[in-house]
Amino acid sequence: MTLLSGWGRVPTVEGDERLGENLADVCRFASLSRGLGRSYGDASLPARPDAIVAGTRLGDRVVAFDRETGVLRAEAGFRLEQLEHLARPAGWVSPVSPGTRHVTLGGMVASDVHGKNHHVAGCIGAYVQALRVQLADGSEREIGPEREPELFAATLGGMGLTCHILEVELRLLAIARPWIVTEEQTFPDLPSLVAALREASRHWPYTVAWVDALTRGRHLGRGVVITGRWAEAHEAPATAPTQARTATVPFDLPAWVLGRTSVRAFDELFYWAHHWRPRRGLVHPDLFFYPLDGIRHWNRLYGTGGFVQHQCVLPVGDDDRVITRYFETLTRLGGASFLTVLKDCGAEGRGLLSFPKPGLSVALDVPMRGAATQALVDELNRHVIEAGGRIYLAKDALTRAADFAAMEPRLAAFDAVRRTWDPERRLRSALSVRLFGDAP
Amino acid sequence: MKAVLFGATRGIGRSLARLMAERGDALVLLGRDADALQRSAADLSARGAAQVATAPCDLAEPAGFAAALAAAATALGDFDTVVLSAAEFARPEQLTGDPAATARLVTVNFANSVAFLEAARARLLARGGGTLCIFSSVAGDRARQQTGLYGATKAALSHYAESTDLRDRPRGLRVVLVKPGFVHTGMTAGLPAPPFAGEPDAVAARVLTAIDRGWPVVHAPAIWRVIMLAVRALPRAVLRRLAF
Repeated sequence: MTLLSGWGRVPTVEGDERLGENLADVCRFASLSRGLGRSYGDASLPARPDAIVAGTRLGDRVVAFDRETGVLRAEAGFRLEQLEHLARPAGWVSPVSPGTRHVTLGGMVASDVHGKNHHVAGCIGAYVQALRVQLADGSEREIGPEREPELFAATLGGMGLTCHILEVELRLLAIARPWIVTEEQTFPDLPSLVAALREASRHWPYTVAWVDALTRGRHLGRGVVITGRWAEAHEAPATAPTQARTATVPFDLPAWVLGRTSVRAFDELFYWAHHWRPRRGLVHPDLFFYPLDGIRHWNRLYGTGGFVQHQCVLPVGDDDRVITRYFETLTRLGGASFLTVLKDCGAEGRGLLSFPKPGLSVALDVPMRGAATQALVDELNRHVIEAGGRIYLAKDALTRAADFAAMEPRLAAFDAVRRTWDPERRLRSALSVRLFGDAP
Repeated sequence: MKAVLFGATRGIGRSLARLMAERGDALVLLGRDADALQRSAADLSARGAAQVATAPCDLAEPAGFAAALAAAATALGDFDTVVLSAAEFARPEQLTGDPAATARLVTVNFANSVAFLEAARARLLARGGGTLCIFSSVAGDRARQQTGLYGATKAALSHYAESTDLRDRPRGLRVVLVKPGFVHTGMTAGLPAPPFAGEPDAVAARVLTAIDRGWPVVHAPAIWRVIMLAVRALPRAVLRRLAF
């Protein structure tokens, strides 16, 4: 038995994680596959302590990589970090990059991850050509957009509840140079920030906004819009930049480190640093896509109590009042979010339970403070439901089943696929017990 | 480099093979599971290996060692490096009351390992030298309750490696003895991890440096050299109290 938790370290459970190089063997008796445990809440945790979890991270072999066409097939435990290392020097990158490269291909597919280019590129599922999966009955199957399309669509963003993913075949993105051209600009309040983010997305393939979620009043929601694109051949050297150095948080820090005062100080520094010295020009792609990977174990900053992330998409058009109200609720309830990120989402993908849909996605981290944090999440979810939005399962730990059902009209279709392929619901997780009505 | 790798479908051996593949070495993989060999060969080809061949070889079947090495020589033309990272592991409680398993662990990890290394050594000496890289363990540096017989087989293997290096280095054969500390691999999955546990990729990078430079002994992660110096100095009375 080992201690298992998601990246937020809430909840933490004793679990039976089995590791092995042969994924088909490892998955055979497991109720759930788990990659690197980088989903934040309980998505990668077993439905109950004695349920076996298949750790996929040792199943990380490349099956085939075609340097001409950019089609990569690898085992589910192959990491995005390994993908970048292998493919980037050959002029290929992942078409979609989430906020960390410490994720497995299987996990990326199961969460149908999105990135800074969602407004033009969609989720990772749009680039998956085929999956080799193990069904709940132990048999193996090759699925894709044309082969068992319902099961395929439900597996994209299906949080591992439809089948075990053994192999992923992905179409990569061609780049001219392994460098990012970036620009940053600060904006003094939420309406101008949101408008600038939307405007930037008309010109840039990669956009995101960092928000100061603590400042109230006139400057509520001030922040930085960060944009980027891959460099053209004439703009950057052909050789890859050297690997950025990383620092490590060696142990759990006391809870006050990320308390209100220090977060406020950080927000001030971050805002003014970007205001006076915005970064423009060529940067290392890892610094652009995965800035937090520069600090290993940054989740220890929150101490042993852990933290929760709330990420939702609010389908707002030009009316920004919904998002303003969301931030007012956050600051009113004292949620001192260290990292608050805004992203405009594009069209819905083919994943049956995929998170993004047109609107604004808001992601925020708050330290776990028991009932107060639960109340904050409940309150934020009320805004989500009223706005017709939804939450991101890969981040969630505290949403209640009734709230989730109110956000998710697609749940019945997902249940139907599970009934077909796993009538006994052998594949379960702590998340599916909490939100999908599965037995523990 | 043209290398024969026995045990490279898993663990540190897998990571080491990938580092060699990325720099364009030619490799032959030896192992008992044909499917695992094929999968690893495809992985290493995709990562840039100049050539990857496979040959069946089971550490429990010494009769097949000569044929496997001959197949490797045929595939590569010639080879200059042989790495043995295959081994078995068992905790003392898994061996209690099971003489067959006990005998198997000793045979595979020591007697058969030596038989394989002797066959490889003869081939390398016949071509004028090369590198023989042997994976032992820090478990062979000091006896512990929890690593029991496994540690004893590794102690014997370390002893063999040292004596071979003393004898053959003047003749051009460099023996590189690898002593990994606790490393997170499939072999150690489920065991309680001590402080300073390593990751296979980082450990493999250090092992490759040792192979390239011909270090006679390499601890990996490096901190384990210091840890073992201290552990070896502990009186047995202290070990007893620590239930180490």
